[in-house]
Amino acid sequence: MARKVITLAEVRDGSLRNVSFEAIAAAKTIAEGGEVVAVLVGESVQAYANELIYYGADRVVVVENEKLKNYTSDGFSQALMAVIDAEKPEGIVFGHTALGKDLSPKIATKLNSGLISDVINVEEAGGNLVFTRPIYSGKAFEKKITTDERIFVTVRPNNIPALERDESRTGNISNLSVDIKDLRTIVKEIVRKTVEGVDLSEAKVIIAGGRGVKSEEGFEPLKELANVLGGAVGASRGACDAGYCDYSLQIGQTGKVVTPDLYIACGISGAIQHLAGMSNSKVIVAINKDPEANIFKVADYGIVGDLFEVVPLLTEEFKKLKVHS
Amino acid sequence: MNIFVLMKRTFDTEEKIVINNGAVSEDGAEFIINPYDEYAIEEAIQVRDKHGGEITVVTVGNEEAEKELRTALAMGCDKAVLINIEDDVEESDQYTTAKILAEYLKDKNPDLILAGNVAIDGGSGQVGPRVAELLGIPYVTTITKLDIDGSKVTVVRDVEGDEEIIETSLPLLVTAQQGLNEPRYPSLPGIMKAKKKPLEELELDDLDLEEDDVEAKTKTIEIFLPPKKEAGKILQGELVDQVKELVSLLHTEAKVV
Repeated sequence: MARKVITLAEVRDGSLRNVSFEAIAAAKTIAEGGEVVAVLVGESVQAYANELIYYGADRVVVVENEKLKNYTSDGFSQALMAVIDAEKPEGIVFGHTALGKDLSPKIATKLNSGLISDVINVEEAGGNLVFTRPIYSGKAFEKKITTDERIFVTVRPNNIPALERDESRTGNISNLSVDIKDLRTIVKEIVRKTVEGVDLSEAKVIIAGGRGVKSEEGFEPLKELANVLGGAVGASRGACDAGYCDYSLQIGQTGKVVTPDLYIACGISGAIQHLAGMSNSKVIVAINKDPEANIFKVADYGIVGDLFEVVPLLTEEFKKLKVHS
Repeated sequence: MNIFVLMKRTFDTEEKIVINNGAVSEDGAEFIINPYDEYAIEEAIQVRDKHGGEITVVTVGNEEAEKELRTALAMGCDKAVLINIEDDVEESDQYTTAKILAEYLKDKNPDLILAGNVAIDGGSGQVGPRVAELLGIPYVTTITKLDIDGSKVTVVRDVEGDEEIIETSLPLLVTAQQGLNEPRYPSLPGIMKAKKKPLEELELDDLDLEEDDVEAKTKTIEIFLPPKKEAGKILQGELVDQVKELVSLLHTEAKVV
């Protein structure tokens, strides 16, 4: 059954987030031959429209308004509802990002619709569209279907591959004017704390530190390694509780659940709560002084040793590799 | 101030997941208050102690949740409500839960509703925002700081590691992120007092709801465990050589760098 599906694209730090392209790929599967319409919402976002076409959107609808400069659930839901009213989509796909998580339940409620959050796979099986998502922070998975007319999902970054970029693709780009009013929450200020600029949930490489990092300064070698690999730094609850780093870096059952291509665990023992948050990473490397540490049970490669010796050596080796390749 | 906390009973984070007859087995499992809801409860207590008022902790579930409600009362909540759906609802999802909670809350005139930003079992994070939308009040998710001055509210929101400073007003629903506070343990006098605090049990009938009104919009058709990881390779030899070997393996065998 061909469906019209809309996706919400997200701009962060002056570029489209990868998950916006992944959402288009998911939407293509859901559309089953129908049209995929990407939606851009913001103060001045028109310039990103072509890129969404290159990644597979058939059309792009742009909603620009100065009141949409910062994300608010009231402002963005008014923009999205106007698009939904005009387009009458049978499917909706958002990224499972801070914005997507915050906005999707509000839109679903306005539409009196179901919502399957945090989807990592979409497939057609037995006449149904089946959505796979983690439960218990990745200790298990469930397959879900909608029993509703409309399909509404959020997709987890880094899991559904984006389509190949094709600059020869063309598509209509249109503007929709929406009156944005009665914002009940106002963003006064945005404080940037993620200095390196690589977001944990979208990072392809994560270097994570645990209690073994011993101090705030102990994270420095991990940051250097992350910089060389273009990755992000994460942490175990132990490191956060000890005050070595901010809770926003925490990976685990409380904290973030991540699935990077490469996860390097440094001085992390591997409590079950931490494993829940990272064990579905594609490749796991463990560096720990204790050969009995639980983390080695989920690691693809392990080095038994002091992270303060191993991590700087690794950084040097990767630098050499970058020079050669 | 009229404060409500939306609470969920979840598996202890220590628990391994076992699947039996296509469902997650609860045999012998330890249950706890969802850790993010603990932050919500603690924040509610701090707000009440500062501004006065009363805290009602509400959960949708079965009678087993009485234990976690008593824990919330022992921490310092004033009243508890269990909306027991065990006999009435076969398949539920976030739509179901939100609809029931909103139906309960709609004539209670809440000033502030707090919830966890996500439950560590289902992990959807939908129920808080859905309830706010059904009640027609604003919400802010994943908060790490809450300041209330009259009806003016300033909230710090965690956005993937960055912070947004948000101004809004009561009535309001917020969902708690880690870092908001340090939840207290119930004290012994608290536990004694909790036994005498009111715990009301309601069913769908009491809310004038039929099962059809709250029918789930999504359905789980299968639950499965992730594939077992094979034992990895522990490298041997001089540290310098191990590091060289690791980089080479990541480059040529695993092809991730």
